[in-house]
Amino acid sequence: MDKITKSILSDPLIDNNPITKQVLGVCSALAVTVKVENAIVMSLALMFVLASSNSIIAALRKMIPSKVRIIVQLTVIASLVVLIDEILQAYVYDISKQLTVFVALIITNCIVMGRAEAFAMQNNIKESFFDGIGNAAGYGAILIIVSAFRELFGNGSLLDYQIIPKSIYLESGGWYVNNGLMLFPPGAFIILGLIIWIQRIYTGYKEN
Amino acid sequence: MELVEHYLSLATKAIFIENILLAYFLGMCSFLAISKKIEASIGLGLAVIFVNGITVPLNWAVKEYLLVEGALSWTRIEALKSVNLDFLSFIAYIATIAAMVQLVEMLLDKFSPFLYSSLGIFLPLIAVNCSILGASIFMQQRAYNLGESVVFGFSSGLGFAMAIVTMAAIRFKLRYSNIPEGLRGLGITMILTGLISMAYLSFSGINL
Repeated sequence: MDKITKSILSDPLIDNNPITKQVLGVCSALAVTVKVENAIVMSLALMFVLASSNSIIAALRKMIPSKVRIIVQLTVIASLVVLIDEILQAYVYDISKQLTVFVALIITNCIVMGRAEAFAMQNNIKESFFDGIGNAAGYGAILIIVSAFRELFGNGSLLDYQIIPKSIYLESGGWYVNNGLMLFPPGAFIILGLIIWIQRIYTGYKEN
Repeated sequence: MELVEHYLSLATKAIFIENILLAYFLGMCSFLAISKKIEASIGLGLAVIFVNGITVPLNWAVKEYLLVEGALSWTRIEALKSVNLDFLSFIAYIATIAAMVQLVEMLLDKFSPFLYSSLGIFLPLIAVNCSILGASIFMQQRAYNLGESVVFGFSSGLGFAMAIVTMAAIRFKLRYSNIPEGLRGLGITMILTGLISMAYLSFSGINL
């Protein structure tokens, strides 16, 4: 793998993360992070859509008239989202029930539109494909971190496996109580805010 | 009387209890980008109310007369009676929204230059705002009828407008406070959104 591909792949992980730096695709990042399992499925779904839409749009980039490009991009993305939605409903029905509208909302997920517009319209198929994989991985990383915090503190478990021992819970004579707020929307907002803070201390990025 | 009561409780639910932004995280991207300025927030808020109020009932009609099983029976063509185009719903909704936004933009330009100059720049943004597509998908999932769609469309837009104007006002005040460097901008906005969302959570005990 040459240097450019590598930097296209690794840049979005920390330095140019789609959620914390580019501020794209925040909606779904917050909504599906109640459980780690849902976050993983959502990230894989987004990776499929983003990598394929980036490649298709890069392949078509010389044929798309710039005036109608948004509609063309939306059509490509919407078709891919319908595909992944049907696949999820067929194979992991329970999880697709919990993800509710958020798989469908990948259509208007700013990451997909944003990368199509900012990257795939100017670069070749291979680079666009890796850009899609890299950005989806950066998105997935944040999703998994947020959901790990929310599931651990809200439910005491990770991937449905009980981490915090049952014996210290209040019901069984201990002192520990789950933090119910983590399962509600405010928990997601606050944890993501703190992650953004830590990430910006690490990269030294400042907003004016 | 009962109908009015039903609509009122539906509106209260959509505005406060299940606020589309603070409880479902829809429309976060434009919320974070636009809430820096109060005038712009009011403009975007009004545009969302307007477009949501039009597209949700319109998509209801698309669903009812084109997509669901047996919807095409109004054509009186025997072969079309059992056609079920449900899988096309996302593409149909986003196409309706994109076309509608374009149409509204042209009509405003022609008939109401004042409204156009204040809402104009936000209309194209709205086509890819998750809260618009989200509202239409909620309409489908919760099986609203025509009246309910109109009420839900307007009130979910109103909920978004309220949240974004509140946030813009808080961010205006925030300019004079000393925030740790890495937390400035996106980080503190997230945490504040969490706090507003926590305030809205207090409505959730109300049973309508």
